[in-house]
Amino acid sequence: MQPFEYSRVHDEAAAIKGLTANNRAKVIAGGTNLLDLMKEHVETPSRLLDINDLAMSAIERTSDGVRIGALARMSDTAAHRSIKEQFPALSEALLLSASPQLRNMASIGGNLMQRTRCAYFRDITLGACNKRNPGSGCSAIAGENRMHAVLGTSPACIATHPSDFAVALAALDGIVQVHGPKGSRDIPAVDFHLLPGETPQREHALAHDEIIVAVRVPSAPHAERSYYLKVRDRASYEFALTSAAVGLGLDGSTIRSARVALGGVGTKPWRSREAEAILTGKSISDALFREAAEAALQSAKPQRQNGFKVELAKRTIVRALQTVAGGAA
Amino acid sequence: MSANVGAGIDRVDGRAKVTGTARFAAENNEKNLAYAVLVPSTIASGTIKTLDTAAAEKAPGVVKIITHLNAPKLIKTGTFVAGGAAGENRIPLDGPQIHYAGQHIAVVVANTFEQATAAAMLVRATYDAKVPRASLKEHRADATPKGMFGPPESKRGDADAALASAEVKVDEVYRTPVEHHNMLEPHALVAAWDGDHLTVHDASQYISGAQKDLSTAFGIPIENVRVLSPYVGGGFGCKGNVWPHVLLGTMAARVMKRPVKLVLTRKQLFTSNGHRSQTEQRVALGAGRDGKLTSIIHESLSHTSMFDTFVEASPVATPMMYASPNLRTITRVVSLNHPQPTFMRAPGETPGMYALESALDELSYKLKMDPVQLRLVNHADSDPESGKPWSSKSLKECYQQGGERFGWAKRNPEPRSMQDGRMLMGWGMASATYPTYRQAASAKVRILADGSAVVQSGAQEMGMGTATVQTQLAAELLGIPIERVRFELGDTRLPKAPVAGGSMQTASVGSAVKGAVQAALKKLTDFAIADSASPLHGAAAADVASADGRLFLRSNSATGETFASILNRHYLPAVEAQFDATPAKSEHSAHAFGAHFIEVAVDPDLARVQVRRVVSAFAAGRILNAKTARSQYLGGVVQGIGMALLEQTHIDENLSRFTNANFAEYLVPVNADIVSIEPILVEEVDEHANPIGVKGIGEIGIVGVAAAVANAVYHATGKRVRDLPITIEKLL
Repeated sequence: MQPFEYSRVHDEAAAIKGLTANNRAKVIAGGTNLLDLMKEHVETPSRLLDINDLAMSAIERTSDGVRIGALARMSDTAAHRSIKEQFPALSEALLLSASPQLRNMASIGGNLMQRTRCAYFRDITLGACNKRNPGSGCSAIAGENRMHAVLGTSPACIATHPSDFAVALAALDGIVQVHGPKGSRDIPAVDFHLLPGETPQREHALAHDEIIVAVRVPSAPHAERSYYLKVRDRASYEFALTSAAVGLGLDGSTIRSARVALGGVGTKPWRSREAEAILTGKSISDALFREAAEAALQSAKPQRQNGFKVELAKRTIVRALQTVAGGAA
Repeated sequence: MSANVGAGIDRVDGRAKVTGTARFAAENNEKNLAYAVLVPSTIASGTIKTLDTAAAEKAPGVVKIITHLNAPKLIKTGTFVAGGAAGENRIPLDGPQIHYAGQHIAVVVANTFEQATAAAMLVRATYDAKVPRASLKEHRADATPKGMFGPPESKRGDADAALASAEVKVDEVYRTPVEHHNMLEPHALVAAWDGDHLTVHDASQYISGAQKDLSTAFGIPIENVRVLSPYVGGGFGCKGNVWPHVLLGTMAARVMKRPVKLVLTRKQLFTSNGHRSQTEQRVALGAGRDGKLTSIIHESLSHTSMFDTFVEASPVATPMMYASPNLRTITRVVSLNHPQPTFMRAPGETPGMYALESALDELSYKLKMDPVQLRLVNHADSDPESGKPWSSKSLKECYQQGGERFGWAKRNPEPRSMQDGRMLMGWGMASATYPTYRQAASAKVRILADGSAVVQSGAQEMGMGTATVQTQLAAELLGIPIERVRFELGDTRLPKAPVAGGSMQTASVGSAVKGAVQAALKKLTDFAIADSASPLHGAAAADVASADGRLFLRSNSATGETFASILNRHYLPAVEAQFDATPAKSEHSAHAFGAHFIEVAVDPDLARVQVRRVVSAFAAGRILNAKTARSQYLGGVVQGIGMALLEQTHIDENLSRFTNANFAEYLVPVNADIVSIEPILVEEVDEHANPIGVKGIGEIGIVGVAAAVANAVYHATGKRVRDLPITIEKLL
């Protein structure tokens, strides 16, 4: 770890001011991801602004949904009654992430800001990585890429976004509320994370001097009937090979509204409007689910070791939709 | 059997471990301690061009940086094959050559661990890098026949001709990846010099080996070196060697004239202390329609480092496992720019029995014969390799008891025939075996005037229950309660014991304990017989027996007296005896055997495998403690499930680097992966293997598990996976 300064900030303004004053400053909440990366010298902030004293951990029902403070812990969010009842996919995605110890520390805002597990990104001595060293190249493309993305990749980067929660949030039309020197703005979750393109070092729409204060999720029939399915090699404590966050608003067996997002396969949490379009207005059936899954993976570009993810992701979508439709057929 | 032995008593060190008072190597915080952190090479092949330590030297708290440019010269020590304990057949920091990524290129010593860690990141190396030899597949053509401890080949009859003319054949290639030991406690040491006397607290499964190597390397008399390792948090074979970091930490302490602590990071544990080699194994079986094997061919290819030979002897169990008149095995190795491979839980047997027992399952389908029946048809009634009788063998009982408990008779052999809801269910089985080794060991027994006893041997406790079972054994032999016996280990000042490896520690040390107890009791008996004040005065030695802490006449047990009474009358604080037990050449072939029966559930769409149920029966001679034995078997099976489904070290073959050197991405089973494991301890009396009738149990648990899982997966899905681990993409 490189030496750094540390201070606790007691109000939002101080946090924003601290970021504005120092372009190598970083905000720390749970620290479960940032500290690991600092130990590896992947992250080298000169100052850490600890925001854990800010009053941003409330989880509240609102007139049209739920508002989760950026400092709400993953455990508390997953266990919150409104989340479990109104947005089950959010709760499930959180509980299928990390370990109890990590979930007790990690914040919702930090969860969205976590960085990829790509081995070449996480070790500054391991080959080249455009994300940590722009322009240096990508060792994953010709290297170990079983865990890497098949959607949204570019010649510069094929790293997956690791968050489960962000996938469910993208599916359920979440809004990321951020504060900066110019005040407050809302960023739709689907636009919060960026495609790598030529600039994989730019991962999200948050400006350096902005902080996440909350996420909001609107209530909807498809949110209430939502589900998160995660497929991985071992039963717990592993990032997704593939995952699907799905939601269906049903009228009998007719799909009034559908939400589909994928994890483990995209360079960002992957919302599939194509799959949703196929599902909407139709009557539920395995054939329809498969058709939607095919559409979701149509633009997939497999790498040397991860070709199986294309078919596995399709099957993950189908199984998730079958599960969420269960009994309605 | 007495109440002391066999009983599943709690570990004698359980309380110390649970309460945190058990002190592991890294917890020895000497005064004035300095901290050493190692700097790894980031290339796998080439030479160091420049090594810039200026920034690191100026970093806060740094007291010394040692590189190949300023390292004191050490004397090279021998590896296992040469009778030593060195992990690498080279001296660390011996020059600018780089043989593998992760090779230590500098030692940074500072006043705190954090300072040393921060400074280590400031050491800058530039290299003349060469294209590394990274891939076994790519360099297969360079394979040369090598044996580990003997010749590379074993042969009987004409296996190739017999295969060619066999009525039924299987001829397949099976692959296993690089695996790492990944015990919980990292390698760690605290080294302190006092003049030319050295004390090292080392996380070691072989303290006498470490003592010898350190004395050789630093050129000091062996009696000047004391190595302590009373508790070890797992090792699985990688703590049986003296790896370079032990020499480097000790070197730093000598240079600094200050005690030094060195703990490897989890990442460094992937490159500093060996791994299980990847293997590529051809197994060919020829049989008659009756299922009798006429030919077995087992060829194994594995990798070794660029500077030494380690052979993963996969076919090691093949010649003795089944009766076949014709057999041929060979081991070959390819040198690659990877760290030196080493022994890992049942080296040889673990990958080898995966291949052999998978091939047998394939043969059973070709024959349309039940896999247990096929093994019974080919049961070896004596050792087919040596021709010797078995010291004991209860493999048939393992098949019988394991199969019955599992419900094997209800199996429909047709693949994809069994379902539970949407899940495809599969039942598979495999045999297990591990040899019963023994080496010379010494033990000392002191019977104290209060009637209690202290038993000592420089053995190692890695969590297997060494101290517990030796306490039980000594208590039984002495005829006193377990609570009155203290067993001391883990210190080279105690009588010498061999490496805690090869599942031989209990047999080796126990044989010495038995001899020492007998010698101590004989001394007491001689005292009593010669003592006119003793009720046993003048008795024939052969008529004196001991039990319940007293000596008495066999012919009249009422006549006798306690150990304490004899010692007290002579004003003796204790009677003491040491025994050096050396194994004699045996007329018998001694091996433990077992059988695994495993149920898997495979999701037909998502292709994920879950092991639902394991019943494993083992026959391993006398069991000294049913509880710790059960734990050993459970651990072995869990590791076997990991090998079957999860474990693999990923290699970037462009860089020759391991890319998943952490617990998030090197996957071992978590609790949620393990459902039900039921070990059966098959009773077995062995009068030939060794004086205490035990066989090793530490390694057999893992042997064959991966095959049983793979066979169950075939039964569930109809897909034969010959390449471990069995991950989703292989079943989609």
